[in-house]
Amino acid sequence: MSGSSFRLPVGGLIDRTRPLTFTFDGKSYGGYSGDTLASALLANGVRLVGRSFKYHRPRGILTAGSEEPNALVTLRSGARAEPNTRATTIELYAGLEATSQNRWPNLDFDLLSVNQLLSPIFVAGFYYKTFMWPAKAWEKLYEPLIRRAAGLGALSGQEDPDHYEHDHAFCDLLVVGAGPAGLTAALTAAKAGLRVVLADEAPLAGGALLGERHVIDGMGGAEWAAARIAELRAMPNVRVLSRTVVFGRYDDGEHGAIERVADHLPQPAPHQVRQRLWKIVAAHTIMATGATERPLVFDGNDRPGVMLAGAVSTYINRFGVVPGDRAVVFAAADSGWQTAADLIAAGAEVKAVIDARPTVADALVAPVRAAGVPILLSGQVVATKGKRLHTVHAIDGAGAKHRFSVDLLAMAGGWNPQVALAAHLGHKPAWRSDISAYAVGEMPVGLRAAGAADSIPGLGAVLASGHRAAVAVVEAMGGKPPETLPPVAEDRPEAVSPVWSSGPCTGKAFVDYQHDVTASDIDLAVREGFTSVEHLKRYTTLGMATDQGRVGQVNGHGLLAAATGRGIAETGTIRARPPVQPVAIGAFGGHHRGRHFRPTRQTASHGWSTAQGATFVDAGQWKRAQWFARLGETSWRQSTDREVMMTRGGVGICDVSTLGKIELIGPDVGTLLDRLYVNTFSTLAIGKARYGMMLREDGMAFDDGTVTRFAEDRFFMTTTTANAARVMQHVDFARQVLWPDLDAQAVSVTEQWATYAVAGPASRQLLAAAFPDLDLSNAALPYMGALSFRWQGRAARLYRLSFSGELAYEVSVPADLGEALVRHLFAVGARYEVVPYGTEALGVMRIEKGHPAGNELNGTTTAADLGLGRMMSTKKDFIGRAMAMRPALVDPARPRLVGLIPVNGQSQIRGGAHLLAPGAAAVAANDEGYVTSACYSPTLGHPIALALLVRGDERHGQHVVVHDPVRGEDVLAKVVAPVFHDPSGEKLRG
Amino acid sequence: MRYSILELARQALSRHRGWKPAWRDAQPRDGYDIVIVGGGGHGLATAFYLASVHGLTRVAVVERGWIGGGNAGRNTTIIRSNYGLPGNEPFYEWAMKLWEGLEQTLNYNAMVSQRGVLNLCHSDAQRDAYARRGNAMRLHGVDSELLDVDGVRRLAPFLDFDNARFPVQGGLLQPRGGTARHDAVNWGYARAASDLGVDIIQNCEVTGFMTDAAGAVTGVETSRGPIRAGKVGLAVAGMTGVVAAKAGLKLPIESHALQAFVSEGLKPLIPGVITFGAGHFYVSQSDKGGLVFGGDIEGYNSYAQRGNLPVVEDVCEGGMALMPMIGRARLLRSWGGIMDMSMDGSPIIDRTPIPGLYLNAGWCYGGFKATPASGWCFAHLLATDSPHETATAFRLDRFRTGHLIDEKGVGAQPNLH
Amino acid sequence: MRIPCPFCGSRDSREFVYRGDAAPARPTDGGLGADGEPMFDYVYLRDNPIGELEEFWYHAQGCRNWLRVVRDTRSHMISAAVLGAGHATGGQA
Repeated sequence: MSGSSFRLPVGGLIDRTRPLTFTFDGKSYGGYSGDTLASALLANGVRLVGRSFKYHRPRGILTAGSEEPNALVTLRSGARAEPNTRATTIELYAGLEATSQNRWPNLDFDLLSVNQLLSPIFVAGFYYKTFMWPAKAWEKLYEPLIRRAAGLGALSGQEDPDHYEHDHAFCDLLVVGAGPAGLTAALTAAKAGLRVVLADEAPLAGGALLGERHVIDGMGGAEWAAARIAELRAMPNVRVLSRTVVFGRYDDGEHGAIERVADHLPQPAPHQVRQRLWKIVAAHTIMATGATERPLVFDGNDRPGVMLAGAVSTYINRFGVVPGDRAVVFAAADSGWQTAADLIAAGAEVKAVIDARPTVADALVAPVRAAGVPILLSGQVVATKGKRLHTVHAIDGAGAKHRFSVDLLAMAGGWNPQVALAAHLGHKPAWRSDISAYAVGEMPVGLRAAGAADSIPGLGAVLASGHRAAVAVVEAMGGKPPETLPPVAEDRPEAVSPVWSSGPCTGKAFVDYQHDVTASDIDLAVREGFTSVEHLKRYTTLGMATDQGRVGQVNGHGLLAAATGRGIAETGTIRARPPVQPVAIGAFGGHHRGRHFRPTRQTASHGWSTAQGATFVDAGQWKRAQWFARLGETSWRQSTDREVMMTRGGVGICDVSTLGKIELIGPDVGTLLDRLYVNTFSTLAIGKARYGMMLREDGMAFDDGTVTRFAEDRFFMTTTTANAARVMQHVDFARQVLWPDLDAQAVSVTEQWATYAVAGPASRQLLAAAFPDLDLSNAALPYMGALSFRWQGRAARLYRLSFSGELAYEVSVPADLGEALVRHLFAVGARYEVVPYGTEALGVMRIEKGHPAGNELNGTTTAADLGLGRMMSTKKDFIGRAMAMRPALVDPARPRLVGLIPVNGQSQIRGGAHLLAPGAAAVAANDEGYVTSACYSPTLGHPIALALLVRGDERHGQHVVVHDPVRGEDVLAKVVAPVFHDPSGEKLRG
Repeated sequence: MRYSILELARQALSRHRGWKPAWRDAQPRDGYDIVIVGGGGHGLATAFYLASVHGLTRVAVVERGWIGGGNAGRNTTIIRSNYGLPGNEPFYEWAMKLWEGLEQTLNYNAMVSQRGVLNLCHSDAQRDAYARRGNAMRLHGVDSELLDVDGVRRLAPFLDFDNARFPVQGGLLQPRGGTARHDAVNWGYARAASDLGVDIIQNCEVTGFMTDAAGAVTGVETSRGPIRAGKVGLAVAGMTGVVAAKAGLKLPIESHALQAFVSEGLKPLIPGVITFGAGHFYVSQSDKGGLVFGGDIEGYNSYAQRGNLPVVEDVCEGGMALMPMIGRARLLRSWGGIMDMSMDGSPIIDRTPIPGLYLNAGWCYGGFKATPASGWCFAHLLATDSPHETATAFRLDRFRTGHLIDEKGVGAQPNLH
Repeated sequence: MRIPCPFCGSRDSREFVYRGDAAPARPTDGGLGADGEPMFDYVYLRDNPIGELEEFWYHAQGCRNWLRVVRDTRSHMISAAVLGAGHATGGQA
């Protein structure tokens, strides 16, 4: 299978000892290791590879590189199907499976190619002018049809089975591109001792050397590149990343790069990633990214068999494949003549070389003429024919018509330096009329261009420019450049003249191949006033295809300039945006997917809780036990009700370690706390705790918690779980920035302490049994008292705090003793029938007590809204005090925290329901508030809720309608004080 | 020239040589009744409604570059009216109603596509917050549905329901939400306004304000000369701080960069707009097939119209966590816009302390969906000197009085809104 | 973006939390004077400059220092960074 009529008997960088088979659209073909899918298809005579986006025109292979706009296929199948993959960059492997896309029923006969017949109507932007009637038909009729017709390949719809990882590299010099300039630059800098990263998108180093015939330092170009890359790989200060595209440049020398670790394999090796995202921070960068060839714009310049000349040379020289037997070369640049020479050398019949220019250097013309090939100067190709190219129509300088029967047309329109990386930070490229291309203009700090990317013509000069750029970097780093001279090679003519459009373009002359943007579309856009490059792009979609304008943009802007009578420099160009080449979304995601999307934090009791049958709930990144189901319990409500009742009736233990904890030390901590909280802490007695409320500077409630004083200059603060990090920032801002004169240090100790709430009438007995040395009497440890002690030889703390409203404590030990402590407490507590309780029971008990939590501290409530207005000191400045006095924040008509009880004693009230006056219509004007928290209270035997109700503090005893149309029926509720359980607080002081 | 399929067919016969410019590329005149600074969607819509609703046609829109070149052409094209607070909801619903008739009003297909906007929730508290919002929408007469996990699964079976760090518990759906083609909105308004006599002046940068002895604004100085105006309206979100500073105004606004992303074209995959609730990721699929997605703002003040890698990673992590089938789809292009981030996350449509100068600003990253109502209400304010009934809350002095419209509840910290 | 932390050295911006403009100074009387404007200005009004901005960054995943960083809002180039209690521009109090 591997032998075919288009493969040369010798030559190329393929491994003829390793034949491979692959399938395209289900048909089996042969190729060699070292082939791309494109070269293997060409070797097999396959010309038709894809269909265009809009007109479903038959398309073949245009390029030999990553800019390919036509030959997009779906690689692999099943969950590994990879749509829109460029056949020109797919490395052939055994069993490779590729299918064509955007066609039905098959590539050869595509029904939607009927769009070509409608193309007189389907011009640029036609859809803005129609499909408007009737209005409802857009979603129902027109849009579904358009959506089905649009798109390119299809995703499998299955989870991507492969893995991706992220890695970091730091270097003195990043060289992007391992062509002649990049290799020279990397080697020069590496010899001077710089830490160098060299990245190249291809599997083989050499860049353009692989596709052209050159001699460097007496060696063949590919051989020279192989020697240099081997030398670089052997150096300890160099990292070579092949198959790696540097896709973006970001601030301060950060680059994004994607390494295709396993795309050239049937599937990644076990435990290996498919791709690796590199973040490379480089002090200096040399952009040796080469240049991309431009097509020429003429009728039928898209047929399978029309190719870029450089690609033709690459297929011949690198892959040993002649993409056609009978060829015409159409050039506006000297490089086309080299392709003609390559075709002749490969034995193809070159029917003519047509050059749009009146004169061409003799050195180029002579060998072609010597081979007997007709030459048409000042000539133009005016049309082509064939679903697969079979005829080329041209005119010569005298206007005479010529007709050529061919299967290959090579176009050489000139070369665009690849300068996108230089534009990512907003720097503009500069138009160079001598090469008819955008070249490097303004450059960001630390970035240099070399070689063809720097518009350097001729190989010898390219090598010298790589050397020169590296020397400049070495000197900028304060190093000493090596004594070596740049490698030597001959320069060839590289002249070019712009030819934006050839012939009258009465048919379809494509500018942007994939999106079917034609020269006449550009004329139409200009006629309709879309004359800025951005309007042109958006109106015609020029440059928005998967090649991001690499192939067609300069031609398009040349046509725009011609149509508007402006110069190209004045016309401007589109700002290049990352990524330089499309990058798999999975690679950006890396390992952060599935259960590893975000870290999982577990408390010290996690293992123990798991063994106790806990169900866990996410609280930010923390996993907290939500309830502990016992045998026979079938719903969370059963478990939660039991946990509440057994805690209130006996004793329960809850892990509250996730609360934020901050240790504050220094003589001025009291003063600092007075400024952080609405209430006063400087007067707090040693061994005492106090509840505190913090505001944001805009006067809204921020966070609440307790502060305990353990010594004159030592305080301990707790925060809510959700706000732990933000409060730490806030404290640090206050002490470092607002009041740096205060001597107060603060440190987060959230993860250092494991803390358990021990709540219920039997809590004192349990703790007395657990810590027999402690005096837990009301006199020694009253409500809001605290003490330090030692447990297992380590610091421990006991606080008499109650969130549940029962006699309760919180006991803290170093986190590594947390599990031991919980085991100890439950072992000792067995005789008191101690139960573990989870966040559901915790929540029920706090609602029963009317404590505000996250649902009430929602960032839009004031301390007064929550019934805590009286805590606000009027004797001191504190953060938020002034703004809290704004008129709208002290308006008595604001919603205030109330309790709600269903009048029928049964109906469930849900969080998020709104409140209406009885009899009021359910319209926004009558909206009087909403339910913040709701639960069934096992203590009271009926549902309860907390709510924010307009003037709620004045409405206790009245009725409101709880309106919840997204979930259910209205419920009539009675407004009550927001403390349902033990309002006088006797139990917690007991 | 009316657009229709018949006209298209007629023009096709003459190889489309008969089409006229979509809008007149006007030269500045000496003076206008009203000059709108900013040729984005909001400015163009304002001009259109000044002309079509209020009969004011001595109106110019001055744009420093080309129309629609700022955020109007850099957004993720989402339209919705699923707000929770009474200051916002009537306004965004008015926008939705205008979207629903936009193509017929403008005779331009802006591809308003009501394929639904689904916000996912991942916890009980988040579900209750969405219920609160959905109920508020219902009280305003707006469609909203609270879905349980099975409801979400029916709409979007491709989400990761089984292996998620923060499993989907449900979502809030606004069936009437969806997307519109952003450029077409700008061009449609420009064309319709131009047809009514509005001058659209591109490449005309405002460099200062003309004032009278009393300090009232009487016109704008521009790169193309002075232009007198009875009233000047600013609609330059993203650059509000810079332009307002030329009039001596200091505002409760910071400029922040927001990136957006599009994938290569794919066959239809995602039905409507989906927003992840446990990370920063929202996505829709354009009619061309690209997944259009975005996430959080960059987080630091910027005028650079670009962003950095951390947000790209964060957004794609969210995407992969939510729908791991997109792993092999490729991110094709990213871009950046500059957001007018206000101090409470809500916009301002109001007079300023300077007579003759009116402000439309502070759209944060939600300006696109507001476009029609923003234009309508700003036109109303400019024409009548009183706020439109759906935009009474968008006052500039609300920060002073405390009548904040803070949907997220994060306070005076623009990068958190 | 990389922040030159004066304590830790050049670090990835991923380690930091951003707060914004460092120019507004909290009124020493906490805004409790007769005129509430200074506090309103401090909390709400911003110059929002296009160009150099002195701003607060918090090295949350590093030394936990609040920094004053001078950064250009067009180019993102950083020209100075000092600990938060100081003044990176040596300017206003």
